[in-house]
Amino acid sequence: MFNPQLTPEGHLKHLLTIEGLPPAILFQILDRATEFEAVAHQEVKKVPHLQGKSVFNLFFEASTRTRTTFEIAAKRLSADVINLNVNASSQSKGETLLDTVDNLSAMQADMFVVRHAESGAAHLIASHVGPDIHVINAGDGRHAHPTQALLDMYTIRHFKKRFENLRVAIVGDVLHSRVARSQIHALTTLQVPEVRVIGPKTLIPRNVERLGVRVYHDMVRGLKGVDVVIMLRLQNERMNGALLPSRDEYFKYYGLTPAKLAHAQPDAIVMHPGPMNRGVEIHSDVADGVQSVILKQVTFGIAVRMAVMSILAAPTPHSAA
Amino acid sequence: MKIHITHGRVIDPITQRNSQSDLFIAAGKIVALERCPAGFTPNRVIDARGKIVMPGLVDLAARLREPGYEYLATLESEMVAATVGGVTSLSCPPDTDPPLDEPGLVEMLKHRAHGREQTNVYPLGALTQQLQGLRLTEMGELYDAGCIAFSQANAPLLDTQVLLRALDYATTFGFTVWLQPQDAYLARGGVAHDGEVASRLGLPAIPTCAETIALNTILQLVRETGARVHLCRLSSASGVDLVREAKKEGLPVTCDISINHLHLTEHDIGYFNAHCRLVPPLRSVRDRAALRAGLIDGTIDALVSDHAPVDVDAKQLPFEAAEPGATGLELLLPLTLAWARSEALPLVTALARITSAPAKILGIPAGQLSPGQPADLCIFDPEREWVVTPKNLKSQGKNTPFLNHLMQGKVSHTLVGGFIIHEDARA
Repeated sequence: MFNPQLTPEGHLKHLLTIEGLPPAILFQILDRATEFEAVAHQEVKKVPHLQGKSVFNLFFEASTRTRTTFEIAAKRLSADVINLNVNASSQSKGETLLDTVDNLSAMQADMFVVRHAESGAAHLIASHVGPDIHVINAGDGRHAHPTQALLDMYTIRHFKKRFENLRVAIVGDVLHSRVARSQIHALTTLQVPEVRVIGPKTLIPRNVERLGVRVYHDMVRGLKGVDVVIMLRLQNERMNGALLPSRDEYFKYYGLTPAKLAHAQPDAIVMHPGPMNRGVEIHSDVADGVQSVILKQVTFGIAVRMAVMSILAAPTPHSAA
Repeated sequence: MKIHITHGRVIDPITQRNSQSDLFIAAGKIVALERCPAGFTPNRVIDARGKIVMPGLVDLAARLREPGYEYLATLESEMVAATVGGVTSLSCPPDTDPPLDEPGLVEMLKHRAHGREQTNVYPLGALTQQLQGLRLTEMGELYDAGCIAFSQANAPLLDTQVLLRALDYATTFGFTVWLQPQDAYLARGGVAHDGEVASRLGLPAIPTCAETIALNTILQLVRETGARVHLCRLSSASGVDLVREAKKEGLPVTCDISINHLHLTEHDIGYFNAHCRLVPPLRSVRDRAALRAGLIDGTIDALVSDHAPVDVDAKQLPFEAAEPGATGLELLLPLTLAWARSEALPLVTALARITSAPAKILGIPAGQLSPGQPADLCIFDPEREWVVTPKNLKSQGKNTPFLNHLMQGKVSHTLVGGFIIHEDARA
């Protein structure tokens, strides 16, 4: 099927999902991010790649962390950044999603960074905008959060050097998680031989095995021998109701404690896309422990987002990767 | 007006006729086939050389959007779509605004629909007031006003006691009840089949058991009450199995599926194509195969357009937020022909699913070409190709998963009660 995020030449035009992207593009982004990581340590933390370009952070769903890292990334690339929290303004006045996009396009936007509560919103916008505008999906419903997955891959490569010999476990609410879906696609694309998902049946989507993962409901068995543990955020509204009886019971069976982590490889790293619920999906001793690389993820997130934006703004062949 | 249709291939599923034959119409009725009756001098001769003459289509599910949703479509626009599609009788579900739950509303609709020579409209009355699933409607009064059966449309009927009583009450008068089997709780919030595609795209899902649980409940209530029930829009293989067993058991049930479910699966959603946002959801490849088999073996009686014109804006939304439904009146015939071709089915068998079989469910004198029957018929060119584009569709709704698809088979003439209500100048 036609891939809406690539140009006919195979360059990245939009970043909507990891699914369907060739490994070369993922490596191109990771390698570019390595170059940009150095920028953070310069005295002047700026490069000119996006000079004169306008990046619109179009957030239809509240977010602080993701929006901020995109903003920093764009500013380090010398772009003009405009932040819009659309929930509060036009949507409540009845303006449609595409009307909002049209209006902002008319202000000569070059790039949209979009977050929306409904799956497929970024695809819809990408199919609607003019040929010179690039769309980055910063999270759509339960579907995809590709830059998060890329920064996770960056983190894994940073600590583990390669992907082909790893066992990775993703733990928690996979059903509602766009992060987990993008991570699964990224890990399988990068040839990670074993990807596991761990959680109660109510939080694991049907047929998820088709994405190339193994399902575990017993966390201890699922963590046995893994090199990377990725914890997912459990949203408050899932905790009381028909999906889970209580946060205490969830923590008992699926919270990451030092005792459970001991079943993973001794040098396993622990990741979390944030924001964390301490005492719900992760014990503070683990979150702040030596195996945790959670804050490094945040740092790497800026370089990875710079890499994505710079590649979209100036597509170049990725074969060098 | 006397009409003589010459040189066409006449296909009539009821009599299994499939041969070149002339057809003679007078005073709104078919008066003869093959031989010209003595003293018959036509006012009009239609040359149907190279074309097929068949009973007008009977569509069991076409939303005309009146009253209440005139911004989506009007009776005028959709009646034109019906005639262009060769549909000469249709039944419309009660999911209007307000719902068809009062005799006055039905009379008004009948009056508007019968203002001139056009497709026969058979409204379905609401089974419960406001379709809220709480209190029964005045079914007797609604029947007298022109309702042909009673339906809950897509609205949930959560209270099984109300459903039992509705079936009992309808059966008192011998009315048929039309139900779409979908458990409202299991379907809650869902927009796609609980399969591979929904898992991948992160779409809230509707499991197959939403259909089978509702079907089991309905079938058990049919056993209990003896009610005659028409099951609307099956979507799953296990649903077809349940209906097959129920029919074997002798339960008085019939059922239909839509053209969309006959041809498409969850995979057609692709990258969130909102035209594939349908109720019930498109299911797996295996489900589609079972629906096709069921339609051939007669477990599924009728094929319907499930016509639902939707505004462009209401489809240009993320998949979950998009309004469900697809326009279909003009696609019912070509998609039936496409099915017949792909399954190598005789036309006389395939066309029964959109003529005689649905007419039987409605209990109306339509869907056949015998002398003495109302002259409701359609003539089409089986070879003519056309592309589904917004411009080519007469319906106000341009929303269909088949947009830009090539169709084979185009209606050249539609006759209702002996009146030519559609004539394609190019044909």
